[in-house]
Amino acid sequence: MITRKQWTTISEFLIETTIRICGISAIIFVFGIFFFVFREGAGFLFSKWEPLKFFFSTEWYPTSVSNKRYGILAIIAGTASVTVIAMTIAVPFGLGAAIFISEFCTGKLKEFLKILIEFLAAIPSVVWGFIGLMVMNPLIIDLFRVPIGLTALNGGIILSLMAIPIIVSISEDALKAVPDSYREAAIALGITKWQMVYRVLMPAAKNGLLAAVLLGVGRAVGETMAVLLATGHAVQIPGSPLDSVRTLTATIAAELGEAPVGSDHYQVLFVIGIFLFTITFVINLTAYLIVKGIRVQHGES
Amino acid sequence: MVAEKPKIQINGLAVSYGTKPALKGLSLDIHDHEILGIIGPAQSGKTTLLKVINRTIDYISSAKVQGTVTFEGESVLETKDVHSLRRKIGMVSPLPVGLPLSIYDNVAFAPRAAGIRDRKKLDPLVERCLQQAALWDEVKDRLSSLGTKLSGGQQQRLTIARALSHEPEVLCLDEFSIAIDPVTTMRIEDVLKELKEHMTIVLVTNLVQQARRLADRTAFIWNGDLIELDDTDVIFSDAAKDQRTKDYVNGVFG
Repeated sequence: MITRKQWTTISEFLIETTIRICGISAIIFVFGIFFFVFREGAGFLFSKWEPLKFFFSTEWYPTSVSNKRYGILAIIAGTASVTVIAMTIAVPFGLGAAIFISEFCTGKLKEFLKILIEFLAAIPSVVWGFIGLMVMNPLIIDLFRVPIGLTALNGGIILSLMAIPIIVSISEDALKAVPDSYREAAIALGITKWQMVYRVLMPAAKNGLLAAVLLGVGRAVGETMAVLLATGHAVQIPGSPLDSVRTLTATIAAELGEAPVGSDHYQVLFVIGIFLFTITFVINLTAYLIVKGIRVQHGES
Repeated sequence: MVAEKPKIQINGLAVSYGTKPALKGLSLDIHDHEILGIIGPAQSGKTTLLKVINRTIDYISSAKVQGTVTFEGESVLETKDVHSLRRKIGMVSPLPVGLPLSIYDNVAFAPRAAGIRDRKKLDPLVERCLQQAALWDEVKDRLSSLGTKLSGGQQQRLTIARALSHEPEVLCLDEFSIAIDPVTTMRIEDVLKELKEHMTIVLVTNLVQQARRLADRTAFIWNGDLIELDDTDVIFSDAAKDQRTKDYVNGVFG
């Protein structure tokens, strides 16, 4: 017979252990994912991988019968071009929206906008891709008189719409974290509201704003489905935003199902995976270190 | 007191936050080149009065303001150019707020925002303001270090220097000595006596004796009402008319 007291001890132990496992599982999953991606690509990485050809050749012919070539330069250029286009649009709009929500609007409009932007973040990426395919494509064809609208521009615009919610919500948090006393002190000096924003708030929140932009970049680099549908999927270094491109993520998504398990092609796709993983890891780590920098600074003052 | 046109004229000023009244129809005049001491217990509406004078009350969305306030004959509550009004009426808040900028940039902040970019004009201006605030000697060798790294008393003098940088005609100080030590407080009090030559000073204070030391006239505000306003000598003597004033300055309550 278990007494009430023993039962309390046992249940306390069980609950604590369960919570502990839940906490540690995040670490296990991240390392697990890295381990399996690495294992699948390792065979190629350590025997046939030629870094120079891999990174600096534009020749991506993984299914050629006579001469298989695995150069991803054009694909890197594809990812880079859509990311740059996306950020050119998303950074000014995202920061502008965050400043507007945080400083210039109040009450119902503010709540409404915040909910709307969270809603924007919740739209599945395949729906964005669908919009790229069915809405943006004919629009770009009409507007620029090009034969096909599935281009870097199309993908960049779609990606920017996906990155904006992240940039807005993190930037708004950063602006909200600036003490109100700064605002009052600045306003009491007889400056306008906009002067307060760019002379006091933006310098004070600059680390948070930078982190927001970096996480937006991370989102753009890592996004797959939407760009797969919207960019046209052509392996080439784009000469203009109106060229079709292919991204690293889309390459993996489109080809992995066709590549025989264990073949060179299959393993190369995993090497691309490792490369992508490294990029997003570096971006997220940088963002984390920047945000941590804010805390240290505030702790000192 | 010499009869002259008051610098600031307040008539029937009533302010409420939501349903809670902070000022209940208060009227008083502020003369040119005087130090007006405003004393009273906490929550009596002293800070609210200052916020109305330089219109920072605008940023408290629940505040409702009634009555009239004029600054040199112009309506404060209806003025179109609220930014230049705030430049003419400087404000020093109870807790010093160094903006997260260098000492130099803190002082040069308002002039720059007003369009003065030339270092040849800014340098002497920054030096003059820091000297007026009795801070120059302590910081002249490290003008480029962060203003927020200064000690509390130094930061408070920095905020005074900053408030002086836009050459205000009226300087409002809200319990400036709340966060600083007595020695620094005395230094700033000396500074204020000198500044009186150049401007009008409204000094809100919790320290009754500070008003006695500095103010030409003293107003006693309690619960949103002006109880008594007279020459400081009168307020602090048996000649004070209201029993509550006598009790407050003698420490019977508050």
